[in-house]
Amino acid sequence: MINIHNLTIERSNVELTKDDFVSDQMVKWCPGCGAHAILSSVANVFPKIGYRKENFMLVSGIGCSSRFPYYMNTYGIHGIHGRAAAIASGVKVANPHLSVWINTGDGDSMAIGGNHFIHIIRRNIDVNILLFNNQIYGLTKGQYSPTTPMGSITKTSPQGTIEHPFNPGELVLGAQGTFFARAVDTNPKLMTEIMFEAARHDGTSVVEILQNCIIFADKTHEGVTGKDVRDEHQLILKNGEPMIFGKARNKGIHLLGSRLEVVTIGENGITEDDLLVHDKYQQDPGVHLMIAKMSLPHYPVALGVIRAAMYPTYDDLVEEQITYAKATSKIKCVDDLLNSGDTWEIK
Amino acid sequence: MSKKNSTAVERDDVVVKFVGDSGDGMQLTGTLFSDTAALAGLDLATFPDYPAEIRAPHNTVAGVSGFQVHVGKKKIETTGDLCDVLVAMNPASLRSNLKWAKPGATLIVDSDAFDDSAIKKAGYQTSPLEDASLNSFNLVKAPITMLTRASVKHLDLDQKTVDKSKNMFALGIMYHLFSWKFDTTFEFFDSKFKKKPDIIIVNKTVLEAGFNYADTVEALQSTYTVSKASIQPGRYRNITGNTATAWGFLAASERSGRPVYLGSYPITPATDILIELAKHKSLGAKVFQAEDEIAGICSAIGASYTGSLALTTTSGPGLSLKSEAIGLAVMTELPLVIVDVQRAGPSTGLPTKSEQSDLYQALFGRNGECPVVVIAASTAANCFYYAYAAAKIAMEHMTPVILLTDGYIGNGSQLFRIPKVADLPDINPPLAEANDPDYKPYRRDPVTLVRQWALPGTEGLRHRVGGLEKENIIGNVSTDPLNHQIMVDLREAKIQKIADFIPEQEINGEPTGDLLVISWGGTQGAVQEAAEELQKSGKKVSHAHFNYIMPLPRNTAQVLKGFGKIIVCELNNGQFVNYLRMTHPQHNYLQHNKVQGLPFMVTELTARFNQIFEEESI
Repeated sequence: MINIHNLTIERSNVELTKDDFVSDQMVKWCPGCGAHAILSSVANVFPKIGYRKENFMLVSGIGCSSRFPYYMNTYGIHGIHGRAAAIASGVKVANPHLSVWINTGDGDSMAIGGNHFIHIIRRNIDVNILLFNNQIYGLTKGQYSPTTPMGSITKTSPQGTIEHPFNPGELVLGAQGTFFARAVDTNPKLMTEIMFEAARHDGTSVVEILQNCIIFADKTHEGVTGKDVRDEHQLILKNGEPMIFGKARNKGIHLLGSRLEVVTIGENGITEDDLLVHDKYQQDPGVHLMIAKMSLPHYPVALGVIRAAMYPTYDDLVEEQITYAKATSKIKCVDDLLNSGDTWEIK
Repeated sequence: MSKKNSTAVERDDVVVKFVGDSGDGMQLTGTLFSDTAALAGLDLATFPDYPAEIRAPHNTVAGVSGFQVHVGKKKIETTGDLCDVLVAMNPASLRSNLKWAKPGATLIVDSDAFDDSAIKKAGYQTSPLEDASLNSFNLVKAPITMLTRASVKHLDLDQKTVDKSKNMFALGIMYHLFSWKFDTTFEFFDSKFKKKPDIIIVNKTVLEAGFNYADTVEALQSTYTVSKASIQPGRYRNITGNTATAWGFLAASERSGRPVYLGSYPITPATDILIELAKHKSLGAKVFQAEDEIAGICSAIGASYTGSLALTTTSGPGLSLKSEAIGLAVMTELPLVIVDVQRAGPSTGLPTKSEQSDLYQALFGRNGECPVVVIAASTAANCFYYAYAAAKIAMEHMTPVILLTDGYIGNGSQLFRIPKVADLPDINPPLAEANDPDYKPYRRDPVTLVRQWALPGTEGLRHRVGGLEKENIIGNVSTDPLNHQIMVDLREAKIQKIADFIPEQEINGEPTGDLLVISWGGTQGAVQEAAEELQKSGKKVSHAHFNYIMPLPRNTAQVLKGFGKIIVCELNNGQFVNYLRMTHPQHNYLQHNKVQGLPFMVTELTARFNQIFEEESI
């Protein structure tokens, strides 16, 4: 793997392992829950990132996903519902030397915390958001969420939901997100690679993880992750390479005018050269949005890093302004401030 | 500028109020007047009174903006009940403010502004300058608009620019009234309008024209002489409560070595603290203008965990939004100061008017058993010291502290004796040491019950905090019933222990007597002055003004014990009095309350206190 060149965060001078990050707390997610695989991937990727173990900080909101910080041996805050992004903003702005990770779910970040979610992205604060999307409220036992597919029967939608769901990727790009990736809980290797890329990105990185809730929304992502369909229904993006998928590696994505279409290599004169080549660094989010929006049954679902554009981060700009002010201001201490402007002596 | 024919009247204090259309520049006029008064050696207090709308319809009562200044040679405790001089720039402002003028007060009006349309818009049937309605006042009808235009005619400028300087004509009349010099005001023009030389000339010329007009036409029956106040020697400046609050935090940051982090969302009348702190990046202040009130406090909690002096500033409606997050700060036992610059509620209420009605919310407005420290500043200048105290308590006792101020002291200004930062009390946050083998998140100091502050990045202290109940000492999530009882009790006891670290309650007057007058927060000046008036008339009255509310000072029971009657005065329907009834139920409390968005007047308080002596035949 490539090294991470973040000069702000101190690197570990010893080799770390997964054991350095495993906490002594009993993991209380349901057996078979997709969150176990996510926990394992995070514990695997942290030592690879190479920062001092004391410089990792986890922040969460409320929900099944948000118990995460208790299961990692790092600094951490288990916050309140929807506010992880707001708490983490304060953590990172106050101390940019920390590698900050947010553990959140589709209820926590798409519903009650939607406002904080879009604003942390808009500001491009350098944190990593792991969005566990199981399309259901699990901890409150099975109500529909803002990502539940329309028509789903849940405890609060006995006749089926009548709400249009959010596609988190659209929301991220609409909020001027600089990094968006999608992973599935059934592919830990890809998940780990994506998390590493998220850590490497300067700015808000959002990783949507299609996660299975075995109790209240079992197999909700089966159309994407099922063993028998996944090769045909997943497009795993690789930067700089044409977008090819399918068991026979003969299907691809072609840009036809202003929309994407699925084509078969070898049919109608289509060759690999006709396929769209993935450029995650592209500043213009247009194609990234189209890729993020691809959904079954007409398209495969895109996995991997969809967007990783370079923009200044909020936390860097804060430090820059402070450095400039310290260098140029006449007010160097509070005594200077108290005596600035109109003052007079009374004898 | 020489003066002729002036009959000077010696005065202890004078109250002046400038009123006009919003946009007439009354706030600036008032500020320049007070700066000059301060440099003339007078003590003073000011209060801006402006509408919620930025530019309400022209010439209407809704659009009136005012600025009251109380100057004197005696110690100035309030901004004054009624004014001696009312400067009114249009009919609407005269109509809405005449009730605040003393009988026989001097009214200086711009007679040019009293045309038919403006008179009607103000709600007058006939011109008050022509009928007999103002006969009991010393009415000065000055053609301010016309004379302003005439004075700068030679400069050949557009009328809009010229008319904007009318307020300086009025200010010139006032300088004549007090025989003050122009120096500081001229200096202000020179620096403020550095790049607009025309504006400097206009303002200077008009100011002098106003002065000369007053001198020439002998418009004023007499002028005032207010000799220098006997003020404690030292270096002074003018300061508003909101600026003082911001500076108190900066001082606490410097003394504690913990950088300031403010997470805040703009809200009247608290926004000026946010604006002020945003200016001071050179002192390391990080200011985060959040997407909402909740993000403001939540980001501050995040910053607090990392070791910042974390702040959030708001007013009543914003405090409501922050309630859940305050609970998180209580549960995680992290230092945090929440400033509530109170305004009249409920809901949006009267955003620019002052009240003390958020006390219940500060004390009780959260789910669960959720104690926080509550303290209240009482003057514009002492906002500095109570902000400092709030930060000190928050960090040393690892707790959220709610600092209550209000729109009246937040926007009002006072003389401020400049302290030396080195003379302020030490602040020693309980930082955990790297690799301390005994570190546990909820291990406590045996005396203060305070847990340690373990900062991310420190070796050997990795730990998690959160909103779920935690196991005593160890800090793991716990749902054990007896553990919960222990933790609830510990959090309460920790707050109560703070009573040992705050000053004892002072009594202004004898420790025993017939009547104890109690007040808290921003009403101190008026209540103290009223109590002192009764003391002067020989009545056995004492006054206790509370700044520390939760916990109460440790001698509170002792203070309450020595009096026949107790009356609690507050700008709400009785929130502090009910808190005292709850904490010290053995007394019978009288109460005096007002919820009009206005401060107490000394006269209403003395009348109420005298009434107690008469009716209750003490």
